Amino acid sequence: MPALSRDEVAHLARLSRLDLTPAELDHFGAQLDVILSAVARVAEVAAADVPPTTHAVPVVNVTRPDRRRPSLTQAEALAAAPAAENGRFRVPRILDEEEQ
Amino acid sequence: MSAAELTRSTAAELAGRIAAGDVSAVEVAAAHLDQIAATDDSLHAFLTVDADGALEAAGAVDARRAAGEPLGPLAGVPLALKDVFVTRGLPTTCGSRILQNWIPPYDATVTARLRQAGVVILGKTNMDEFAMGSSTENSAYGPTHNPWALDRVPGGSSGGSSAAVAAYQAPLAIGTDTGGSIRQPAAVTGIVGVKPTYGGVSRYGLVAFSSSLDQGGPFARTVLDAALLHATIGGHDPMDATSIDAPLPAVVSAARGELGGVEGLRVGVVRQLQGEGYQPGVQARFDEMVTLLTELGAQIVEVDCPHFGYGLAAYYLIAPSEASSNLARFDGMRYGLRTGDDGSSSVEQVMGRTREAGFGDEVKRRIMLGTYALSAGYYDAYYGQAQKVRTLIRRDFEAAYETADVLISPTTPTVAFRIGERSDDPVAMYQADLATLPSSLYGGPAMSLPAGLGDDDLPVGLQIMAPVQADERVYRVGAALEAALHERWGGRLLDRAPALAGVGRGAR
Repeated sequence: MPALSRDEVAHLARLSRLDLTPAELDHFGAQLDVILSAVARVAEVAAADVPPTTHAVPVVNVTRPDRRRPSLTQAEALAAAPAAENGRFRVPRILDEEEQ
Repeated sequence: MSAAELTRSTAAELAGRIAAGDVSAVEVAAAHLDQIAATDDSLHAFLTVDADGALEAAGAVDARRAAGEPLGPLAGVPLALKDVFVTRGLPTTCGSRILQNWIPPYDATVTARLRQAGVVILGKTNMDEFAMGSSTENSAYGPTHNPWALDRVPGGSSGGSSAAVAAYQAPLAIGTDTGGSIRQPAAVTGIVGVKPTYGGVSRYGLVAFSSSLDQGGPFARTVLDAALLHATIGGHDPMDATSIDAPLPAVVSAARGELGGVEGLRVGVVRQLQGEGYQPGVQARFDEMVTLLTELGAQIVEVDCPHFGYGLAAYYLIAPSEASSNLARFDGMRYGLRTGDDGSSSVEQVMGRTREAGFGDEVKRRIMLGTYALSAGYYDAYYGQAQKVRTLIRRDFEAAYETADVLISPTTPTVAFRIGERSDDPVAMYQADLATLPSSLYGGPAMSLPAGLGDDDLPVGLQIMAPVQADERVYRVGAALEAALHERWGGRLLDRAPALAGVGRGAR
């Protein structure tokens, strides 16, 4: 079924937040095509009436008592930040230029 | 005792000698640190060696012994920890540039239980980036080499851990297994590796790749050592919502033979996991194991698992889908790399540049593959269908376990391949996990046990699989076979590995 166009690969890269180079778009595009052709085999299995398995072992919701407990200090939380200012994470502007 | 005797001892022997006062934990740690210093230039098993921390932890064990405090069964035993478990105060990179020099502010539950038990953490081991790979070639810090042949891979993704144990740098190591990443490296380096039942070992502080499949577990040179480590790290953890809230299966008793051998046990040979695609040497060792099990009194039954052939396709949809979501956290905002923040670019542009610079090829491929499989319009055909196939594979297992107590197969289709041989051919690389993927999707426990030498005189593994929460069965079968094989071989398979000191230093 696949055969990804270059535009589709570029779109996937954008959705994945990967600023790929033109050479990577070509290289990964060809490889993704091969991988998708291989995994498309799952379609050969007749499974219309089969329920999906999401987890290996059945899982139920787990809650814990809503009590205070020790956590990271502000300094610990910020210690590995690429940029911090005034005791907060400093991040680039959130809006793109056309959105401002 | 000489340093060589210490590094060749089992974990159980070392713990016994430390507890008896025959040797100090500091001497044991020093002997292993020396072995790392002497061999890791050619192997590259470790990303970080924490000599000071190891000697300090060992000193604390010696002090506790001197004070007459009771010591646990692995107190003072050195261990190599896969660099995917967070360690407070010690770098954790996951083999990725995006986490270079990151020092976590907390310990994973596995890390905390090891420290609590007095296990001495020597350092953090190399791995495929974010555990995506079967060769450890996808590490941003360069490949690890197989101690049996330095031009071969040590398996992956836990290849640093398997190489460390096989090269006597540590008697124990921790790995993680998502599709075979403990069993396959164990097989190709001639050691024991176990993927516990999913949920048997806490994932808290294990940097997530595929949350519904990831599972930490032990590497060791003997079945008993693996069981002792499994019991140390396993059991319910309230910090992991998928952790099983039930007593840990009796893995240590089983490994000691206390639950019996294989006599009368029904051992299922999976028709779909042998024959075509398996190297002649791998198939021959497997056939010998079947014969040996018969001689030991097991009852061999052939089982049919018709959907196992779809395991690889289902896995390479489910795991990348979960990965594309899990790895969204690496956005260059709170920790890790940030690239291209020039003061005028938007957060989205900075994220794109950071992830482009910080992730390697396989991680990029899988994130895009997962993003595709989860997209509107493709979801039902890919991800949804893969989850249905997962149900069919689970049903295959459940049917097989009605006629068999355990299932066996070769662990891998081939012996260790050469470094570089498959590194830019993803589908060829994925074939390495053919036999291990089904039980990952099902969630049951599985062990790889050394089964002899195959093609090119390189190690072959036997995979032993059991039902969910019946982990003791893989240890029971593993221990019985190990005893018979050691008698037949006059020692361990690993005794036949070439001496590392003799193989050129600086071969990298």
